[in-house]
Amino acid sequence: MKSAPFEYLRADSIASACEALRREGDSAKIIAGGQSLVPIMAMRLVRPSLLVDINEIAALKFIAVERDAVRIGACTRQALVERDDALASRVPLLRQALAWVGHVQTRNRGTLGGSIVHADPCAELPLAAQVLGAKMVLRSSSGARTLAAEEFFTGPMVTATDSSECLEEVHWPVWSEPRTGCAFTEIANRHGDFAMVSAACQLALDGEGRCVRAAFGLGGVGQTPLAFPRLAARLLGTKLDEAVVKSVAQDAAAQTEPGSDLFATADYRRHLAGVLAARVIRAAQEKAGGGK
Amino acid sequence: MSEKLYSISVEVNGVARSAHVPARLSLVDWLRDDLRLTGTHVGCEHGICGACSIMLDGEPVRSCLMYAVQADGHRVTTVEGLANPDGSMSVLQDSFCKCHAMQCGYCTPGMLIAAKGLLEANRHPSDTEIRAAIGGNLCRCTGYQQIVDAIHDAARRMASGAK
Ligand code: FES
Ligand code: FES
Repeated sequence: MKSAPFEYLRADSIASACEALRREGDSAKIIAGGQSLVPIMAMRLVRPSLLVDINEIAALKFIAVERDAVRIGACTRQALVERDDALASRVPLLRQALAWVGHVQTRNRGTLGGSIVHADPCAELPLAAQVLGAKMVLRSSSGARTLAAEEFFTGPMVTATDSSECLEEVHWPVWSEPRTGCAFTEIANRHGDFAMVSAACQLALDGEGRCVRAAFGLGGVGQTPLAFPRLAARLLGTKLDEAVVKSVAQDAAAQTEPGSDLFATADYRRHLAGVLAARVIRAAQEKAGGGK
Repeated sequence: MSEKLYSISVEVNGVARSAHVPARLSLVDWLRDDLRLTGTHVGCEHGICGACSIMLDGEPVRSCLMYAVQADGHRVTTVEGLANPDGSMSVLQDSFCKCHAMQCGYCTPGMLIAAKGLLEANRHPSDTEIRAAIGGNLCRCTGYQQIVDAIHDAARRMASGAK
């Protein structure tokens, strides 16, 4: 046994999970898929006194397609999110991002909400949430509040979630523009690893191929996943010609703050950020039926 | 030290098993050390190598990333559960032998579980689909090609009705 001792509570409802969090305060921790939590508990980087298991709460597992958004329950398995065709036609970036997340075995157990709450700045789902401006619904025994991604991600592995709160659902905006395209790409040491640098983009074109809506972001090169709304605005009204895309991508790279480690220097990561940002904007344009 | 114990009932390879376990006991340690089902291997113990893959309610997962207590009320299949009821090897296992899909055998239980999960969902997998399915399983010996061949071979034989 590698984790420090802890007590275990299998919650049968969101209310009972929230009640346990209220009672135990900081020393309790929620376990969803456990794909990140179990290893860090084995390394004893985290030593909760109580583990509140939300895996058996059916009310946290759903994909609800609505007009302007798709709502996904926090404990929905990544494999289900990946397979859902109705979701893929409305929020296609999710399936694209999930293709880079772990492996079959980890996606079968790992959850959408778990990855978002874990908030690794190199992880794919937090980047998708940041780029699309997803909204997180946080539940506690005293009520619920909704936070937009930009307020939710506050630092590496840190979110605005209070220790009494449980992520309940994530709302993913649906773009109504008929010519919408998106793309996700990354460079990692091995496929399925956390990204060294990742990039995501979604944009919409009008009948002439002019960009009418744009969002893009970069992962692995800052304290949180980064979105660049001001730079994305510079794409609007253009036909995404080489010069515009290049300058926007370069400016995004210049705003990143990557670190250096054994695998890559900060300079190399910043270089990748510029290359991948341009690549992903171009790929989203092609998916939207533009370019060439 | 007296650590609190939790009672669990898990269906393992079709047999109901009960136990009292500390919350921090991982599922793979319970299977190997307590049930003596040592077919499931442990490599990294933190979700990287895939050697510990088992099926949980029919889907491949990593048993080092779960606590045994979380499996309470669920169905687990380990590599020991892949053989035919009479104890003879299943087509998938036989194809691994035939195609020389193992050398030291350390990764093999995980590979078999990953392949089983794939073939249950997809009877005619492509090369790319096979590689994606075993992409989370490390093998230090075979170079993977024979494993891919074995899964193709099993898919072909199963399509023509072999068990
Ligand atoms: S032992 Fe579980 S993934 Fe390596
Ligand atoms: S056969 Fe030795 S690790 Fe795969």
